[in-house]
Amino acid sequence: MGKLNKTEKLATNGGWITTKFNEVLGWGRKYSLWHYPFITACCGMEYMSAACAHYDFDRFGMGWTRFTPRQADMLLVCGTITHKEAPVLKTVYDQMTEPKWVVAFGACAVSGGIYDNYAVVQGIDRIIPVDVYIPGCPPRPETFFDALIKLQEKVQKEGHDWRWKKRT
Amino acid sequence: MEKKNIIEALRKKFPEQIMDISSQFGDEIITFESSALLDIANFLNDKPYEYTMLLDLTCVDYKGEDQRFEMVYHFLSLSLNDRIRLKTRLPEKSPKIDSLTSIWKNANWLEREVYDMFGIHFNGHPYLIRIFMYEGFEGHPLRKDYPLRKQQPRIRLRKLE
Ligand code: SF4
Repeated sequence: MGKLNKTEKLATNGGWITTKFNEVLGWGRKYSLWHYPFITACCGMEYMSAACAHYDFDRFGMGWTRFTPRQADMLLVCGTITHKEAPVLKTVYDQMTEPKWVVAFGACAVSGGIYDNYAVVQGIDRIIPVDVYIPGCPPRPETFFDALIKLQEKVQKEGHDWRWKKRT
Repeated sequence: MEKKNIIEALRKKFPEQIMDISSQFGDEIITFESSALLDIANFLNDKPYEYTMLLDLTCVDYKGEDQRFEMVYHFLSLSLNDRIRLKTRLPEKSPKIDSLTSIWKNANWLEREVYDMFGIHFNGHPYLIRIFMYEGFEGHPLRKDYPLRKQQPRIRLRKLE
């Protein structure tokens, strides 16, 4: 450990710590990402294995699955999104309260995957803004955690503002 | 009851309508005139053959041929433990065939699927509307002349930078 300055010495002695408001806010948010799983296809299986005891994403503070978009911070889009379904996804995204983040889970959500045809939207970023893209068909749970950690970094660094600007 | 009997009985009963009988992968294929569908289906459904189960019903598009669409029906007889396949051709212009919904209830959704994907009309179907594609979708996507990547979005898509 390097040399501590005066403030840090005080903090490590069990006294007190200083930080910035935004950093605490970001820290709190990144470890309490309540997610809404929007599962439409086979990638959902991999989401389930990431969620369950073997991989256990509760370790990252996102164990609480919300089945209403109104209580969720993070939209996990796992699977193929068809044009028929696109308005549903858009509505779910619109119902989430700010701040909100979106993860495109799997090749289908990222780009349409192997389905370049009449039915499938070529990537959910054609419908809603996406924060993290996870490649793979389906991605392994480790890939998902990698993306999750990247998203946490992003949440931590985000310039938090009380007046949320609406993203479209 | 042996398979041969069925083939012979069909030949005897429908000498005009049945055009060809062949066999592939262990199942008989009966090619017939499309107008005789209900008669043949009833005949197979009744005793003694009892092909009481409609396993699947689908369509194939042979673009460029005069009789463009081929309807394919699969039946299973529970008492004989035997499958049979029926095929018939429909013309390119206004393809129409009788609906099997009066005999098999599950034909309802299968026929709606074929209508949705290929645009075949089923006479006597109680509720012939699209089943997979949405309202406002134009064309029939599994026809060979539907453009491969043509999409018909329901909402305005975002522009990507
Ligand atoms: S990316 Fe692969 S595994 Fe995931 S939904 Fe698409 S086809 Fe299924």
